[in-house]
Parts: sequence; C-alpha cells; structure tokens
Amino acid sequence: MHKLSMGRKVFLVVNYTLLFFAALACILPLINVLAISFSAKAAAAAGYVKLWPVDFTLSSYQYALSKPEFLDGFFVSVERVALGFGVNMLLTVLTAYPLAKERTSFRTRHIYAWFFIVTMLFNGGLIPTYMTIKETGLLDSIWALVLPGAVPVFNVILLMNFFRNLPKEIEEAALIDGAGHWRILWQIFVPLSLPAIATVTLFTVVHHWNSWFDGLIYMNSPANYPLQSYLQTIIITPELNAVSGNELLDMNEVSDRTFKAAQVFLASLPVLLLYPFLQKFFMKGLVMGSVKG
Amino acid sequence: MSWKKSLQEMPLHIMLIPGVILTLIFSYVPIAGIVIAFQNFKPAKGIFESKWIGFENFEYMLNMPNFTSILWNTVFIAVLKIIAGLIVPIVAALLLNEVASAFFKRTVQTIIYFPHFLSWVILGGILIDILSPSSGLVNQFLGLFGFEPTFFLGDDRWFPYTLVISDTWKHFGYGTIVYLAALTGIDQSLYEAAVVDGADRWKQTLHVTLPGMMPIITLMTVLSLGNVLNAGFEQVFNLYSPMVYSTGDIIDTFVYRIGLIDAQYGVATAVGLFKSVISFGLIVLSNKLASTYAGYRVF
Repeated sequence: MHKLSMGRKVFLVVNYTLLFFAALACILPLINVLAISFSAKAAAAAGYVKLWPVDFTLSSYQYALSKPEFLDGFFVSVERVALGFGVNMLLTVLTAYPLAKERTSFRTRHIYAWFFIVTMLFNGGLIPTYMTIKETGLLDSIWALVLPGAVPVFNVILLMNFFRNLPKEIEEAALIDGAGHWRILWQIFVPLSLPAIATVTLFTVVHHWNSWFDGLIYMNSPANYPLQSYLQTIIITPELNAVSGNELLDMNEVSDRTFKAAQVFLASLPVLLLYPFLQKFFMKGLVMGSVKG
Repeated sequence: MSWKKSLQEMPLHIMLIPGVILTLIFSYVPIAGIVIAFQNFKPAKGIFESKWIGFENFEYMLNMPNFTSILWNTVFIAVLKIIAGLIVPIVAALLLNEVASAFFKRTVQTIIYFPHFLSWVILGGILIDILSPSSGLVNQFLGLFGFEPTFFLGDDRWFPYTLVISDTWKHFGYGTIVYLAALTGIDQSLYEAAVVDGADRWKQTLHVTLPGMMPIITLMTVLSLGNVLNAGFEQVFNLYSPMVYSTGDIIDTFVYRIGLIDAQYGVATAVGLFKSVISFGLIVLSNKLASTYAGYRVF
C-alpha cells in the first residue's frame, strides 16, 4: 500500500464531495415532492415541508386514487404500454435481424437501411403527421399512440449493432445444420442478445409510459387520455381545467399542492420500480450496441 | 444461381414487410403532406383541392414580427444546452473514473441516470413546485443566503437559463455513460507507461485520459450540431407561460400554437419545414465533419 500524496488526498475528498452533491441534486427534488405528498395541507402551504413529511397523512393518495380520471388514465397508460411494448419489440427484432446481414447475404439490405434511416433525418412535422393520423381514422383510438411509432429506428440500430457483434460462426454452424432465418433469429440471436433486449425493453416501456403529447393531441375525449396526458392538463395547465380550483377547496385535508405531488409520485412509481431491474443491463447493452468494440 | 439466392433471402424480406408498411404510412405519408406548406390549406378541401400559393406562407412567416425573436430564442437555448450537455457529462465521467469504491461509483451512477427516465410532465410538476417563489425548496434554500425569492419560471430574464440548467440536470447522468464507456476502452498500458515516466494523476488525465477520449468528444460535439434548432419542445411546452414568451417561445412551441391552436395549417407547416430543412442540412454537414475529423460515419 503506497502512501497517497497530500494533493491526491485533497482531490479525492473534493471529488467524492462533488459527486455526492451531484447525486443529491438529482434525488432531492424527488424526495421533496414525495414528502409534500405525505404532508398535511397546512404544513405544505406554509412551506414547512423539506425532505420529511410534516403531519403525515395519506389523504392526498386516497383522493388521487378515488378520482376516476386518474384511474382511467392509469389504465389507458397500462394498455398503451402493453400494446406499444408488444408491437415495438416485435418490429424491432424483425427489422434489426435482416438489417444486420452483410450485403453479400442480403443484397437489398442497403435500400431497406436507407428507407428507415431517412425517417430519423426527416419527418413531416407536427401538422402533416396530425393530418395523417386523422385521415387514417385513428383519432381517439389507442392505436394512434402505438402505430405511428411502431418501428423505433434508434432501437433497431442498437439491436442491429448488437446482432452484428455476435460471432458469425454460430450462424454459419446453424445454417449448415439446416436452420432457417426464422429459427436462427428466435432460437439463437434473441437469446444471445438479452442485454440489448433488456435495454430496448427499458427504453420502450419508459417511452410509452412517459409519452403525453400524442395523447393530448390525438385523443379528442379526455376520457381516453393516458395518465401523463391527463396529468399534463391538470398539473401544468390548471387554468384549462376547472377541476383544480373549486372542487379542491371542498377537500378538508388535501390541497392542490399535496394532491399534485401525490399524483406526480404515483405516475413515476412504475418507472421507479422497473428501473433498478433493467438498469444493470443497459450500461452493457447500450455500450455494446453503440460503440463498436 | 440467382433465383436460389433470392429464395434464401425471402424470409428476410418477409420479416421487413410489417415495418416497411407502417413506416410508409406513418412516416412517408406525412413527409408527402409537407406540400401544404405551399398551399392555402383548408381542411374542408383537403390537399388535392386546396389552392397552391407558392412561397406565400414562407413570406408570411419571415414577415411576422416575432419570428426573429423565436428563431433567436431557439438557437440561444439550444446552443447553451449543447455546450452544457457536452461539458457536464465529460466532467462527471472524469470524476467518476477517479472513484475507487465500486459501491460509491455504482450508487452515484444509478442516481444520476434516473431523472433521464422521468417525463417532462412529471419533472415539470416537480420543477414548478420546487422553483415556486413562495414555497419552493430552491428559493427557501437561496433565502438562507439572503437571496430574494426569484420566479425562475415566470421571469423572462431567468427562464432560458432555468431551461438550460434543468435540461442539463435531467440528462447529464445519462450522457456520462458514453464517456465512461470510452474511458474503459483506453489502453491500460498507457497509464503504466505514464507512471514509469513519473506522471502524477493530473498529468495522466491530461496526457492519457483526455487524448483517449478525444475521438468520442469530437464525435459527440459534431453530432450535436444537428440540434441547433432543437431547443426541446417537451420541456419548454411544460414549463413556459405567456409571461416568458419573449425569451422562451421556440420554433416548435410556436408551430404548435399557430398550427393546432389557431388552425393556420399552411403557415405552421411552412415554419416546421423551414426548421426541418435547416436541421437536415446541419445533420448532413455534421455527419461529413464526423467522418473527416473523428473517422466515424453514422450513415
């Protein structure tokens, strides 16, 4: 064990402190909101709540969970995540596999590749996209939230790069043993690509759970809003919604602030729960998919 | 034996069919829909019946009194975000790299990545609360040092910086992944050689680590060029208000308001197209720069 120089010691102390505060800065706002959500109305309004609930109460949560709009939004979101996840993952895998082939074994690969890449570089923009959804009759349907983003090109590229880094010999051996492309894809490539698939799963689920703008513009009826779109209307632009004002004044223990905090926390809960499970994969998955090793 | 090869490729074509069809409908049809930028578009008449007016929508756009300020706001906010979004993750990665304790490193990484995975609606709700001038945590904290409460989201002088800081806060942890990956790729024997030559940690960082990261830093810098007109619709939309339109209104929020709220479809599409064309040019340019200076071709 060699001795650390004085300068090195000072640096390490400063370094650990800086990183500690950086991490703190990322988590304190969330803890603050969580504390407010569990606090009584008066304490929250007076600004007494910092990082620990004051006059602990669950009434904001009871109120949030008793609101039909909140629960409806929650179930629309769950439906969206399930459908979106299924469609996205199937199409990501099906698209990435042929694109991972060399041009010698798939002669039109480059045409398909450009066909998809163009959509990353250029798009119709807000109005033409909106009108397309309208013309296809998808407005007000859950499919308006699922089909337009059915092929997530970024994820396809990630998985494609992962497929390309798999040893070529496995595929050759399988071909010699008489396996076709479908069997190679599902029984060899997919099982070998679990880190990349876990990464893409996290991206897909989080994307669908977090999306709010498409719900806001493609759903005519607020009853069809996913949770985040509903929250957007009541948390961000309360003046558009009559609910937040008068109705809440009747509540004895819940204020606008504690109620919003509870909903913010409930809406981030699924991500909070999913994140630790998939987080350990995504470093590996992302790095292997993007940086060619 | 070309037909045999074609037969072998058949399953690959079949796999691509669903993705191709959906992309055609939902990506290529809207691209074709851009023609309404050149029309006096009336929804009742549709694309085929609406009157063609050439570049009138673009002239109208350029003559709008607030167009210059919107363009300026967009570039100003986007460029600050790009700069902060490059520097902060690089510094964070370098600092994390010096941490010996695996537990501490992992814990910090896990926490700093997390805000990236929350939506701007959720973060908007949180930021509106903690930045509130009356009861927000940030102003209470600054009050301890004698600062007057600041209405960060309602004051047009502060608003752009609030956007930049909160955006950097959300994304810097995630951005460090790329640089940490680059750091693990640096040849360890270079460090050993540096130690033999008597280099301390600082000199090692300067002469081994930073040069080792240079290709990826160049690449990320060049690639971010394509975002000069992307100031972040989701964030701005959730945080802005008429009070801060003068410094906070960006092209994308403007398109939303004149397009979907005021139903000026033609003008909104023209503004959107203006942005897309410039962004596309910047992406092509940056791809060229990336291949020249970083030896990396994205496309």
